[in-house]
Amino acid sequence: MRYNEPSPLETRIVSQRFDLPNPTSIDTYLANDGYVAVKKAFEMTPEQIIEELKTSALRGRGGAGFPAGMKWSFVPRNTGKASYIICNSDESEPATCKDRLLMENDPHQLFEGMLIAGWTIRANKGYIFVRGEYRYLIEILERAIAEAYDRGYLGKNILGSGWDFDLYTHTGAGAYECGEETALLESLEGKRGVPRLKPPFPAVAGAFQAPTILNNCETFSAVPWILRNGGQAFADLGTPKNGGTRLVCISGHVNRPGVYEMKMGYNILALINDVAGGMRNGKKLKAVIPGGSSSPVLRADECDIPYDFDSLAKAKSMAGSGGLVVLDEDTDMVAVALRTIKFYAHESCGWCIPCREGTTWLKKILTRFHEGGGRPEDIDLIAELADNMLGRTFCALGDAAAMPTTGFITKFRNEFEEYLKKSHVARVPQLALV
Amino acid sequence: MADLVNFTIDGRAVQAPKGTLLINAAKQAGIQIPAFCYYDGLSLQAACRMCLVEVEKTPKLQVGCTLPVAEGMVVHTDSPQVRKARKGTLEFLLTNHPLDCPVCDKGGECELQDMVFRYGAGQSRFIEPKIHVDEKQWSPIVFYDAPRCILCYRCVRICGEGLGVGALGIGNRGAAAEIVPNRGDHLECDECGACIDICPVGALTSGTYRYKTRPWEMEHVGTICTHCSNGCKTTLGVRNGDIMRANNRDRSGVNGEFLCVKGRYAFDFNEHPERLTSPLIRSGGELKPISWAVAIATVAKKFSEIRRVGKFGVIGSNHTSNEENFLLQSFARQVLRTANIDHHRTGDVAALIDALHGRTAALATTADLFTAKAALVIASDLAQEQPFVAFQLRNNARLNRGHVYAVTPGPVREDNYATTTRAEPGHEFEALETLREKLAAESELVILFGAAIKGDGIRRLVQFGDSLGAPVKYVCLVDYSNSRGASDMGLLPGLLPGYRSVREEGLEPGLNYDQILAARDLDALWVVGANPLSRNTLTSAGAFIVVQDLFLTETARRAHVVLPAASAYEKNGTVTNVCGDVQKLSRGPKTMGAKTDLEIVSLLAREMNEDSGARTPEQVFEIIRRTVPGYNVPVSVIETGGAAATAPVNGRVIHEPAPELIRSAGNTLFTSGTLGRYSNMLNRVMESPGALYHDPRKAPIMEQGSVQMEELQRPQ
Repeated sequence: MRYNEPSPLETRIVSQRFDLPNPTSIDTYLANDGYVAVKKAFEMTPEQIIEELKTSALRGRGGAGFPAGMKWSFVPRNTGKASYIICNSDESEPATCKDRLLMENDPHQLFEGMLIAGWTIRANKGYIFVRGEYRYLIEILERAIAEAYDRGYLGKNILGSGWDFDLYTHTGAGAYECGEETALLESLEGKRGVPRLKPPFPAVAGAFQAPTILNNCETFSAVPWILRNGGQAFADLGTPKNGGTRLVCISGHVNRPGVYEMKMGYNILALINDVAGGMRNGKKLKAVIPGGSSSPVLRADECDIPYDFDSLAKAKSMAGSGGLVVLDEDTDMVAVALRTIKFYAHESCGWCIPCREGTTWLKKILTRFHEGGGRPEDIDLIAELADNMLGRTFCALGDAAAMPTTGFITKFRNEFEEYLKKSHVARVPQLALV
Repeated sequence: MADLVNFTIDGRAVQAPKGTLLINAAKQAGIQIPAFCYYDGLSLQAACRMCLVEVEKTPKLQVGCTLPVAEGMVVHTDSPQVRKARKGTLEFLLTNHPLDCPVCDKGGECELQDMVFRYGAGQSRFIEPKIHVDEKQWSPIVFYDAPRCILCYRCVRICGEGLGVGALGIGNRGAAAEIVPNRGDHLECDECGACIDICPVGALTSGTYRYKTRPWEMEHVGTICTHCSNGCKTTLGVRNGDIMRANNRDRSGVNGEFLCVKGRYAFDFNEHPERLTSPLIRSGGELKPISWAVAIATVAKKFSEIRRVGKFGVIGSNHTSNEENFLLQSFARQVLRTANIDHHRTGDVAALIDALHGRTAALATTADLFTAKAALVIASDLAQEQPFVAFQLRNNARLNRGHVYAVTPGPVREDNYATTTRAEPGHEFEALETLREKLAAESELVILFGAAIKGDGIRRLVQFGDSLGAPVKYVCLVDYSNSRGASDMGLLPGLLPGYRSVREEGLEPGLNYDQILAARDLDALWVVGANPLSRNTLTSAGAFIVVQDLFLTETARRAHVVLPAASAYEKNGTVTNVCGDVQKLSRGPKTMGAKTDLEIVSLLAREMNEDSGARTPEQVFEIIRRTVPGYNVPVSVIETGGAAATAPVNGRVIHEPAPELIRSAGNTLFTSGTLGRYSNMLNRVMESPGALYHDPRKAPIMEQGSVQMEELQRPQ
C-alpha cells in the first residue's frame, strides 16, 4: 500500500507499479515488464551487465552512494567457491522509509534485481535481510518468493538457463548497527551484530567468508529498469555521476510528507515547496536534515541546491539514505540535537570506545543542557567530543553520531547560547569523583 | 629476507618483513604504540582505538594494530593529532570507569592507569552520573565488575581462541555492553583464570586474591607449578611469607600465555590448616609433636640398626625436586645399602628411552609441541590431564596450522579441531592403522601417549612411528610435576640416574613399588612425599615407617615418625617436565616449621655420619649435571628461569619391564592426587571431567578417596 498521494512531479521508475491493483502479485509484475530484464541478462556476459550498470551511474541507495557497477566488478567470479547476493533491507536510519515500500509494493522487482546480480557472479543463493521491525513484510516477501519458485523464476535451472538461484528472507533483531554491511553479515551468520574489520571487503570475503554482492534494497530494485532501458537512459535521468531517480522520504513540517520518486538532482527547495506541498501552517523553513538523521543539518539558506550525492557532499552534508527532514522556524534545535544523539547512544553497538562512550556522554550533556542545566563551556565540550569521535570509530556509526552533532552546534550555536539564559545553576551537577 | 619493506616511523628509517602489523613493526623499532585490545596471538579487534597513528597521505588517523606496513609509508606516532586522539580516547574510557583505583585489585599494575599516566588527561571534563552495575560472581574464582570493564574483548578471545572453551561472550550494547558468562549468571568452564590474568583493568578479579593486598606489597617469585607434569611457570605473589596469589605475571615460562586452574589457584594447599608444622612421633599409639633434633636422631638410629641386617623399602615422590630425588636414591643405595626404591610410576618413561635406544633427537621438547607440523595424541584426554600440552597443540593448530590427530577412548576437546578417532583401551593400534595414510603424509610428527601405552606397547609404537618415514618425536605423558624427574633420577629399583642399570655399580635390582608394599619381611618403609597407603595395604605389619609429607595422609597416619616437608613452593631446586625440560623452582613463602626433603635427607646423613657434603640444591644440581647422562644442561638457562631440554638417552636401557606398575592417577583439571585434596579452591570449583562436552547433569567423576566437594557457592 501507499501512505501518501503520489505527486505529478515524480519520475516513476522503481515505484512504477506501486499504484497498480494487486501490486505484489507475480501476474501484475509479469504484465508490467516483469522478469524481462533477467531474460535479457541471461543473454549478456557479466562484463556487459557490469558495464551497463557503470554507464547507468547507479549509486548505492543505502547511504554511502558507492557506484553499484564498480561494487559488482570487485567481486571475484568463477572462483569455484560459493558466492552470495545479499539485500540490505535493514532500513533503520531515522527519517528513511523507502525500502519498506519497495518490499511492500513490488517484491518481484527486488527479486529480479537480485537475480541479475546472482547471474552476474553466478551466485546460487541470495538473502534479503529485513529490518526486525518490518517483520510483517516477511509474509509478503515469502508469498512472492513462493510465487517466483512456482513460475520458475527461482530455484533450479531458472528459465532454462541451467543456473540455480535460491532466495531467503532473514530478519534482523532490531539493531541499527546491522544496517552496516559487515554487521549485517555477522547477524546473518547468527552472530552478534558488530561490524567486521575491513579489508577484506564483502565483495571478496562477505557472507560466510565468500564473495558477496551486498546492496541496498532500492539499488537492487533499480537494476531491472536499467537492463530493460539501458544504462544511459537511467543516467540521463539524473545529474552527472548521479544516475536515475531516488525515493526521497520527506518528513517533518510540510503539508504532504511522504515518499516521492524524484529525478536525482531535484532542487531541495522545490522538493519541499512543490512536491511536499510547502511548509505546514505557512511557517518559515529553518533547516533541513537532508539524508537521514546522520547527515549534517542544512540551514534554510543552504537548501537551494540539487538533491544528489555530490551536491550535498559539496554542501558538507550528505544525501545518505534519502530521508529528508524539514524543520520549521519553531523547531528547538537543541531538542533535535538531543533526539538525534539519543538515538545513536541507544544504537551504538558498543564495539569501540569512542562511539560507545562518546555517544553516551553527548547524550548526557545534551539531556542536562536541554533540561536547563547547561554551562557555557558545554557548547565547546559537545563540539570537541564530537570531534574526538569523528573519523576515529570502528565503523561509520560513530561518524553518523558525530557529524550531525557538530552540524547542530556550528550552525545553530546561537540557539544553544539562548538556552544558557534559561539555565538554572542549581541543575548544574557538581563534579563527581567516582 | 627478500620481503622487507622500508618505511619511516617518527623520522626513523625502519625495515620490517612485508605484512608486519604497524604496531609490531614499531615495537621492534623501539617505539610503543599503545593499545588495549591488541594482543599478540589473538584475533584483531581494532576496537579500543588507542593505537591510532598518523600516516602521511591518508585522510584520517590509521589503526596501528591492523595496518600492515607498506613500502614508503611515513608514520607519526607522536604528532599533536595522535596525542589528542589518545587523550580523547582515554577521556572517553574514564567517563564510565569508576575511579576506585585505591581499592581496586589492579591498582598499581593496571594498563588503564599506566595509559592515563602516560597519555591521558589529568583532569576530567565528565560531570554526569556514571553508569553503575553491581559486581557479579560467576564462579568461586571469577568475579566481574562491569563498570570497570573497558571492553577490550581479550578475555573473550583468550577463552575462545586460546583455551578452546569459549565460555565468555558479549551482552547488551552501547555503553551497557558487558561481558557475559556462558550460563547466563554463572560460568561453566575450566576455571583457569586466563580471563582474569589477561584483563588490562580490574574488571575480572579472582576469588582467591581480591581485596587482599596491593601488588607492590608482594614479592613476585617465578617458580614451577607443583601439580601436573606440564611444568608451567607460575609467579607467586608472596607477602610476609604467605602466598597471596599465583599468576602468569610476565608470561616468560614455557607456558607463555597459559596456566590452568591448578597453576593459578591451587597454591592454597600450602596454607591449609592441616599442614604439618612439627615432626610427629608415635608414642602410646598416638602421633605426638616432637623436636626436629629428636625426630632425626630417632630415625637415624633406627635406620642405622636396620641397615646392618634388615630390609628397607623406599618410596619416593612425583613432586620432590631432582636434587631431592637424586640425593634420596644415592642415600638409599649407598647409605642404607638397599636397591628397594621406587615411586608411583605414571608413565613408562624407561620403556620409551629403551625403545628409542640412543636417538636423543626423538624426544620432543615443550617448544616442539607448538611448532610441530603434526601431532598425534594417544589415550589421553589432554584438556583434562595435560592442560598446557593441550594448549600448545591447539594453538599450534590455530596459529601455525599444525595438524593434530587423536586416538582416545572417549570424546575429547581436540574433537573440535583435530582428526580424532575413538579406540577402546587395548585397541589403539587398530585405530592407528586407520590413520596411517594421513600420518605418513606428514613431514614430521610428535606422538604423545598416555599410560595405556606401556612396556612392549611403547616398542610397538616406536616401530609404528619408524614405519611412517618422516621424523617422529615422542612424549611419554606422565602425571605430576616431577614424575619425569623421579624416573630420570633413578627412583626405580633397577635403574640409576640417567637410566643406567644398577648392575653397572655391582648392585642387583631391588623390590619395586608393589613388591615393597607386599613384602612380608620389610623392616622399614621410608616414604618421601607419596601416599601409597591411600589405595594399597602394607603387608609387613612390623615395619618401622617414616613419612615425609606436608599433611597427615593415609600413609602418614600409619607412620612411626612423620617429618613435615616443605612444599615445592617453599624450596629451590629443579624439576623436569613431561617433555624432559628442566626448570628452576624458586622458594616463595616461608616454611612454617617444615624442612625441605633435601634438608631432611642431609640431616639424616649427617646424623648417621654419612655426610656427603652436598647440602644445597645448587651443589646437588652440579653433581647431577656432572654425572647424570643428558643432564649436562647450561646453568645460565636454568638460572634465568628458562627451560633446558634434557636428553637422557644412552643406548639401550637394561631394565626389567613392569608395565603393571604404570598407573596413571587419571587426574582431571580439578584434581591433583593427594595434594589436590588440600586445595580448597580446587574442591570448590566442582566440575565434572569434560563437563564442556559431556552431559553436565552427569555426576562428577572424583578421584578415589577424594574428600566430598563443597557445594559450589554462588552469589546470592
